[in-house]
Amino acid sequence: MPESTFEPKIVAFFCNWCTYLAADSAGISRFKYAPNIRVIRVMCSGRIDPQFILDAFAKGADGVLIGGCHPNDCHYQEGNYKCLRRFNLLKRVVRQMGIEDQRLRLEWISAAEADRLRVVVNDMVEKVRALGPLNWSVAPEPLAPVHAAGELRVLQEVSR
Amino acid sequence: MARIGIYVCHCGHNIAGTIDVKGVANYAASLPGVAVARDYKYMCSDPGQDLIKNDIRDHQLDRIIVAACSPSLHEATFRNATAQGGLNAYYFQMVNVREHDAWVHSDKAAATEKAKDLVRAAVYRVKLHKPLERRRVPIRPEVLVVGGGIAGIHASLSLAAAGKQVYLVEREPTIGGHMAQFDKTFPTLDCAACILTPKMTAVRANPNITLWTLSEVVKVEGFVGSYQVTVRHKPRYIIDDLCVGCLECVEACVFKEPRFSDEFNVGLGKRKPVYMPFPQAVPQLVLIDPETCIEFKTGKCKKTCVEACAERNAIDFTQKERLETIEVGSIILSTGFEVFDPHRIPYYGYGVYPNVYTALEVERLVNAAGPTGGEVVLRDGRKPKRVGIVHCVGSRDEHTNRYCSRVCCMYSLKLAHLVKEHTDAEIFNCYIDMRTPGKTFEEFYNRVGEEGVNFVRGKVADVYPDGDGSLVMQVEDTLLGIVRKIPVDMVVLAVGLEAHRDADAVRRMFNITCASEGFFVERHPKLAPVNTFTDGIFLAGCCQGPKDIPDTVAQAGAAAMEAAALIDKGYVELEPMTASVNEEECSGCKTCIPMCPYSAISQKADVKKAFINEVLCKGCGTCVAACPSGSIKQNLFEDEEIFEEIEGVLAYA
Repeated sequence: MPESTFEPKIVAFFCNWCTYLAADSAGISRFKYAPNIRVIRVMCSGRIDPQFILDAFAKGADGVLIGGCHPNDCHYQEGNYKCLRRFNLLKRVVRQMGIEDQRLRLEWISAAEADRLRVVVNDMVEKVRALGPLNWSVAPEPLAPVHAAGELRVLQEVSR
Repeated sequence: MARIGIYVCHCGHNIAGTIDVKGVANYAASLPGVAVARDYKYMCSDPGQDLIKNDIRDHQLDRIIVAACSPSLHEATFRNATAQGGLNAYYFQMVNVREHDAWVHSDKAAATEKAKDLVRAAVYRVKLHKPLERRRVPIRPEVLVVGGGIAGIHASLSLAAAGKQVYLVEREPTIGGHMAQFDKTFPTLDCAACILTPKMTAVRANPNITLWTLSEVVKVEGFVGSYQVTVRHKPRYIIDDLCVGCLECVEACVFKEPRFSDEFNVGLGKRKPVYMPFPQAVPQLVLIDPETCIEFKTGKCKKTCVEACAERNAIDFTQKERLETIEVGSIILSTGFEVFDPHRIPYYGYGVYPNVYTALEVERLVNAAGPTGGEVVLRDGRKPKRVGIVHCVGSRDEHTNRYCSRVCCMYSLKLAHLVKEHTDAEIFNCYIDMRTPGKTFEEFYNRVGEEGVNFVRGKVADVYPDGDGSLVMQVEDTLLGIVRKIPVDMVVLAVGLEAHRDADAVRRMFNITCASEGFFVERHPKLAPVNTFTDGIFLAGCCQGPKDIPDTVAQAGAAAMEAAALIDKGYVELEPMTASVNEEECSGCKTCIPMCPYSAISQKADVKKAFINEVLCKGCGTCVAACPSGSIKQNLFEDEEIFEEIEGVLAYA
C-alpha cells in the first residue's frame, strides 16, 4: 500500500471514568480529530490485560492507545498504577517483537481534558501513519538491562 | 445462533448528518446473527423504544444493539426498553456513534466506516452477553452536608424539612460562609445578614440537623447508600453545652484591646484571642485561638476569662482534637470558593498601596457591623472623594483565570451604588464587558448609571500613586479610543471567584471528577447539574462553579431533593460488573489479592482458592487482568467479550 493512502487502524482502550468521558466531552465540544481510532470501553485501565494489546496487534491494529485517569485520580484508587506497571513491562515485550514504540501508547487523560484527547489521538495517528502498516519483519531490538533497572525504579517510586 | 436486533439512531441531524445511517443499518443486516437492522430518527423517543420491544416479540430477538449517543446518556434507557421487551437488560450493547464518531469527524465516508466497525464489534461481543441482575443495596437515611455557607445551609434545611437526618460539617467556627460577610445583595439590595441569619438560626434550632463547626471531613469510605465518614473536630477550648455566648470572657481577657487580625472582617478589624466570630454567629459560642492566647503560648496567663466565666465553667484549655466516624447514605458537597488573591496581579498594587482594596474588604467597610461601623473610609480615616472599581480582576485573563466569575459585574454595580450612597464620592467602574444577564439585573445596571456612576469601558492597565497620596488608574477607554488616567482616592478590585485551594484534596477524598479550573464537575452540564460521577455525592453552590446567591440556593435545593429521593426510594441498584472466581481453575497463587484496593479478595482457607466478596467489589476488573490462569471473570467485561470486540473493530468488511 503506498504511504499516502495508508490509514492506520488504532485500537483504543479507554477507562469509563476519565478518558472515555474526555472523548464524550470532545464530541459535545465538536472537537474534530482523526477518524482512525476505535474505542473499546473498560471500567478501569487496570482491567486492560496485556493480552488485549497483543491480540489487537495480532489482529491487525497498527497502534494501540490506552487512556486512563491521571495518577492519584483513579476512580478505583489505583487501577491506573497497575495498568502502568503492566504497560511498562509489555512495552519491553512488544519492542522485542519489533513493534515500534510509537505504536503503543499510554496516556492519562482526565474527563476535563477533551482537547488533550484530540491532540493525543491526532498525534498518534500521525506518528503511526508515518511508520506505515505494522511490519512484523523489523529486526527485534535487543533487551537493554540497564534501562530495565531504571524503569523498575521509576515503577517502584510511582507505586509508592 | 443469536437473533440480534440492531437500531441505528439518526438523532435528528446529529448522527445522520455525518454518518450514512441507512448504510450502517444495511451493513449490519449482513452480519451473522443479525435478524433485524433498522435506522430510526430518534431511538430514545417512545416510538423508538417501542420498535425494540415490538421486534423482540415479533422477531424473537434475543440480543439488542443501539448505535446512538454515549452510553452515559441513554444506556439505561435502552437497557430498560430491552427489559420491558422481555429480555434480560444486559442482553443489550450500546454503540457510541455520536460523541465518538459523528460529532468529531468531518469525513463522512470515514465516519461511516468507523460506525460500521463499532457496530460490528458490538455484534461480535453481544452474542456472549450473559443475563445479569443488578444488586440492590439499602440507603442509609442520613445525609452529610460539607460546608455551611448558604448552599450547605439551604440544603440542610430542605432535607431537615423533609424529615431527613443531616450532619452539617463546617470548618470555620460559624456557619454563614461568604454570604455572611456581604453587606447587601444584588440586585434587590436586600441586607445579606437579614435574609441569611434567620436561616442560620433555623439550622441550629432544627432537631434533624447535627451541626458541627470547627470540623473537617478527613476520610470517606464506602459507597452510595453507606458511606463511612471520619470527621475531625478541632478544639474550641469552650464547652459547647456550657457557653451561653454572654461575651463576659471576651470583655475580661487580659488583652484590654483587640489586637489580632479578625478573619471575618478580612483583616480590617481586630479581635482578641477569645472572640465571637461575628455578632450573629451560629452557634453562638466564643472560641479561643491558641495561636494568640497567652495561656497557650506561655502557660502563665492570669486567665481572667476563666474568672469571668465563673461558675459556668465553660472554658476548657485541655480540649483536644478528636475524630468521629459517622455513617451516611449520601453526601452533598457545598464547599464554596475562595476570592482571587490580587497579589498575583502586581500592577494593581494590592498590598503595596494601602488604598487598594478587594471587593470583599469593601463589603465589610460598607457593613454597619463592619470594622468601621459602616463608614466607608480610607486607611487613614479620610472619606474617599473619588473611587475606582476595577472589574475582571482574576477573571477573563489568560494570565490568571480564563473564565468569567459571573458575579463581579453585578457586585461591582452594587458596591458602586453603596459607596456612592455612603460617601457621595464620584465612582468610576472600569469594565471589559458589562455582564448583567439575570432577572432585573439589567434594570439595576441602568439604575446605577442613572445615579451618576461613571462607566469606562476598558481594562485597567496600571494603578500607581500620584504623589499626593492619591492613586491613578490608567485605562484605555475603548469607546473614546483614548488612554485615560483617572485620579482616585480608593481602588476597589472586583476579584473573581476561584476554586478552594484544597478543592483538589477534597475531590480526591470524595472520589469525584476534576475540572481544569479546580471546580467540581457535575455529571451532566445541563441534565444532571448537581449529580457527580460518584453515585450518592451531589454538588451545591460555588464549589461547582462561580454563581450568585439565587442560583446557589436553587442548586442546593436540587441537591437536597436528589438526596431525599435516594433515601425515600430506600435502595439503590448497583451495576453488576463485579468479578468472580472460577474455583476449578484458580491455582490459589494469591496474585489477585493485593490488586484489590477494596480488600474484596481473600483466600478460602479450606480449598486454598481465591474468593471475591461481591458486596465489596466495585467492578474495576484489575484482578481479572492480573490473574495468571484467567480464572477470574468480570461481568460484562469478560475476556472473551473484549477479545470479540477487538476482533470486531479490526475485521475488515
